[in-house]
Amino acid sequence: MREDQLHEPDQALHVEDLTVSYGDTPALWDIDLDIPPGVMCAIIGPNGAGKSTLIKAALGLVRPVAGHVRFLGRPVAQMRGQIGYVPQRHSVDWDFPTNARDVVEMGLYRSLGWFRRPGRAARARALAALAEVGMQDYADRQISQLSGGQQQRVFLARALVQDAPILILDEPMAGVDAATEAVIIALLKRLRDAGRTVIVVHHDLTTVQSYFDWMVMLNIRIIAQGPVRETYTPENLRAAYGRHLALIADPAGAAL
Amino acid sequence: MGLASSAIVQTVLTGAALLGAISGMLGAFAVLRRQSLLGDALSHAALPGVCLGFLIAGGRNLGAVMLGAFATGALAALCMMLIIRRTQLKTDAALGIVLSVFFAVGVVLVTVIQGQGGAGSLGLMTFLFGQAAAIQPADLWIMGGVGLVALGLVLALWKEFKLVSFDPDFARAQGFRVTLLEAVLTVMVALAIVVGLQLVGVVLMVALLIAPAAAARQWTRSLGAMVGLSALIGAVAGAVGALISATTRGLATGPVVVLVATAVVIVSLLLAPGRGLVWQAMAARRAQARISDGRVLAALQSVARDHDDRGHRVARGVLATALGAMPTPARLASLERRGLIRATRQPPDPSPHWELTEAGHAEARALSGAPAEPSR
Repeated sequence: MREDQLHEPDQALHVEDLTVSYGDTPALWDIDLDIPPGVMCAIIGPNGAGKSTLIKAALGLVRPVAGHVRFLGRPVAQMRGQIGYVPQRHSVDWDFPTNARDVVEMGLYRSLGWFRRPGRAARARALAALAEVGMQDYADRQISQLSGGQQQRVFLARALVQDAPILILDEPMAGVDAATEAVIIALLKRLRDAGRTVIVVHHDLTTVQSYFDWMVMLNIRIIAQGPVRETYTPENLRAAYGRHLALIADPAGAAL
Repeated sequence: MGLASSAIVQTVLTGAALLGAISGMLGAFAVLRRQSLLGDALSHAALPGVCLGFLIAGGRNLGAVMLGAFATGALAALCMMLIIRRTQLKTDAALGIVLSVFFAVGVVLVTVIQGQGGAGSLGLMTFLFGQAAAIQPADLWIMGGVGLVALGLVLALWKEFKLVSFDPDFARAQGFRVTLLEAVLTVMVALAIVVGLQLVGVVLMVALLIAPAAAARQWTRSLGAMVGLSALIGAVAGAVGALISATTRGLATGPVVVLVATAVVIVSLLLAPGRGLVWQAMAARRAQARISDGRVLAALQSVARDHDDRGHRVARGVLATALGAMPTPARLASLERRGLIRATRQPPDPSPHWELTEAGHAEARALSGAPAEPSR
């Protein structure tokens, strides 16, 4: 396939035949996946299902054994500026000597290009992004002194400042307080309503229906994908999670 | 102070300060990227290269020695990468193996060369622990060159290095050449090590990378400040250590530099505002005192409330019962000094009593409304 030709341009994210393995064990097996633009999509699945790996492979952070990925029809290398990425909060050392605004400005480094430093315009944009996540009062705070939820919001602001049409978040709700979760979800829904595509690795099955309108169920392979209304079914959940589902309410509200 | 003006001492001072500044600057990145031990492995692995350079050049030629050191250092880094990728061993085990094997080869080569005798072969031993007096004026040009290159790269690629040090995944997702940037940082660390070998020695060179950075982190709140202060501390530690070593007969430089740098680290770990242990202990004590104060005030207030009398005088025993223990006289005295409580008597009872002042009532309300949190 030629790299300069659009392939499946109608999908925000198109994944075909994607296989990733760590050593001998496959982490993802033959993934075919389409996420249309303008949805808020949950990627769910049990621990070790390959949710983060899927995101990292899509972003080119993990080298796949086979398969290809397109964002709006283009390879990820051509789409770097148009994808906002929020890694897992624990993937970095928060004792790094810097403040919240500085971290958010990192989202603009790419657009600045080599050798140029962020200036007044970058600072203003970073402050605006912090305000969007309700962190404007913490701009000068050392990141080591922020709570987990506040750190997560700073990470989100760093992705927002790019103004990207596609946002990819890896477990943004892990270990944050209820207030932060509400802020994040409200913000993501606003972005979705403004036409952005929001893709979220999510671990809490009970909130899938209220937060998302699209979902991908994963367990090494794709179990199901589509609108939450049609995809969040007891059969699919059982197929993805096996027997550990006793505590999860089914779509009708009765226990499975 | 005739010594300080002598040419040798000036050379030593300049060289050591330069080296300390370079390794302090680069060490800050290495420490933040959790690569301090890689520096240790690289410097130990430089020893066989030093010997090879010595053998090939047929004597003590600094260029050959540095080239050899750089070559075996790179080879060691490569071995480490292969071990981590191809085996189940973790990074620390790979580091340990590579460091000790390369160092062992180096020590064997040193003893072999010394066994053969020959001019200057004894000079090899100084590469183990360094010898400030061995430094030549010409070496300063090499150090200055490496320092300028490192400084130029750090300034030009500042935001890239910052991003890669803080969040390499994000940097990669943004399309930055992360592997290249990380390689540049690592190669610069290797260069700093190679430059520092004859001054500080392979065994303790890593201290000049880690110690200034660790100390600088304690005092600073931004990467720029940390890197700058780290370079400064490195320069001072290098210069002071080298000066002591050069002016004292037979004192190896490496250990002296390490001791000087460590002294700075200890002071920083203890005293730095915000992060220092002493500072934190004091903050914890203040928080503890605030909580204890709050409990005394709350107890007085609740007894007063029970009696429906804001100025109720509370007897010693009653206060002790309400609190579960008697507050220390010092605590009561402190509260009284701050005008929150007043010591009184309740005749005919001769024992001391306490009542809340209006300020005390207000403070008790404030403390109960917003529970005091221990601050960091």
